Amino acid sequence: MNAIAARADRIRRISSALMTSLTALCTLLAVGALFLILAYIALQGIGSLNFQFLIDSPRPVGEGGGIGNAIMGSLVLLGISSAFGLPIGIAVGVYLSEVGNGQLASIVRFIVDTLTGIPSIVTGVFVYAILVLPMKHFSAFAGGVALALIMVPIVARTTEEMLKLVPHSLREGALALGAPQWRVTLGVVLPAAASGIATGAMLAIARVSGETAPLLFTAFGSRFFPTSLNEPIASLTVQIYNYAISPYDEWHAQAWAATLVLMTLILGINIIVRVLTRRKF
Amino acid sequence: MAVQTMAPRVDVPERRDLPSVPSETPSAQTKISVRDLDFFYGRTQALHNIRLDIPERVVMAFIGPSGCGKSTFLRTLNRMNDVIPGTRVSGEVTIDEHDIYAAGTDVVALRRKVGMVFQKSNPFPKSIFENVAYGLRINRVTSSKSELAGRVEQALQDAALWNEVKDRLKTSALSLSGGQQQRLCIARALAIRPQILLMDEPASALDPIATSKIEELIFDLKKQYTIVIVTHNMQQAARVSDTTAFFLLGKLIEVNATEKMFTAPNEKLTEDYITGRFG
Repeated sequence: MNAIAARADRIRRISSALMTSLTALCTLLAVGALFLILAYIALQGIGSLNFQFLIDSPRPVGEGGGIGNAIMGSLVLLGISSAFGLPIGIAVGVYLSEVGNGQLASIVRFIVDTLTGIPSIVTGVFVYAILVLPMKHFSAFAGGVALALIMVPIVARTTEEMLKLVPHSLREGALALGAPQWRVTLGVVLPAAASGIATGAMLAIARVSGETAPLLFTAFGSRFFPTSLNEPIASLTVQIYNYAISPYDEWHAQAWAATLVLMTLILGINIIVRVLTRRKF
Repeated sequence: MAVQTMAPRVDVPERRDLPSVPSETPSAQTKISVRDLDFFYGRTQALHNIRLDIPERVVMAFIGPSGCGKSTFLRTLNRMNDVIPGTRVSGEVTIDEHDIYAAGTDVVALRRKVGMVFQKSNPFPKSIFENVAYGLRINRVTSSKSELAGRVEQALQDAALWNEVKDRLKTSALSLSGGQQQRLCIARALAIRPQILLMDEPASALDPIATSKIEELIFDLKKQYTIVIVTHNMQQAARVSDTTAFFLLGKLIEVNATEKMFTAPNEKLTEDYITGRFG
């Protein structure tokens, strides 16, 4: 090998090693930050965490109390928002990928993308105006709708992307057997993309379970266990917010513990959905 | 139109002999008849004025270089091109004397009658059993579980796959080898008992052993089905087909008994292609 080629070879090796370490470093930074956050929350929160805290409702300062109503409230809100947001989002995704083509679909896609970028507090104010004001009171229902509005564009776009990954040959195979379009979509294409769509749904659920701003104007918060969807309802995020801005150390500690519970809840939902939608074939 | 037609037949100038009928199928009935077929992708014309008769229960092979329109033509026979936006067909394709492009044609019924096997095997991400059962379920062919299971078994046996998969019908179709997957797709197509089977380069992605299995299968299937097969492989066309059609640049150049096609074709272009002078 002549000198020039040897030098080029050395430069290639060095730059390759450099780039590999650079990507490794960036990965470490990103993952490291996540672990730091998790560890810090666990450390701060674990102290106030006990069974009573998980099932009790809030009490005045100095008397302990818990976040049972907030956990239940958050689950109710996630339930309402998923019931509206997931089917609508998936349906929009199916439309974008399977049904719509041409100009209308690109307009819809643009609108969905714009919706994704709307700050969540704007969504909260919007739902306040169209639901809370006419009903004259805050409600779990209004909170769920606000969260659903945030979910729809996320679910729609991930569903569309996942459906587009399903090979065209699968659709043709089903059509060639005499399947009508809707059966191809429901029976072949959607199941083939199920785990991807579930991931998208997960992302959306994780995203809205961390939302506080849209709930301030809609679900508002409550110190009691929910009895109806038509009344204000507590949620972990709003509870954390209220406790964190309070002047009491006890409530600060409870806010940390509630944060730990929220993170565990999201992780738990994540694992359950992963297991349920694990690729069987 | 006449029921007894000389088959296969193309419009050839008088100076040439009409292609002879393959000896195995003396004056068979015409199953598919194509007249003046033009096909467009947007403004590009992919097929020019195709005239062709395909007799019942023979194997007809389409050969020609890439992009000559043979796959496009195959896909006009079960209206699979309808799925592609911006395509347009003119002319007439009749199957059993029904024009399949006539207004009000039931495409779903057509595709039940005209099954298709694709170049790349495309099993659904379901179990082996469910893959074969799919067409039966959507077309509501069977009325009981045992009947369904029977039809699935029959289809898998017809596709020469039963012995290899009978103990693992519930496992994923994607766990099969490439050749098995392709035979599964054939079984899937056979399960709804079509009359015609369109095969678009069914063995192009398979090794020689899997290929020979598919070819044997085609030979067996022609007792019951009219088979149209597109192939890149001229030896394959020679091995499996009774008649061969040669396409070039969207035109049908020659149709002839396979034996004659590969020994003494009528057209100079055919001869050039077969002897490897182009394509």
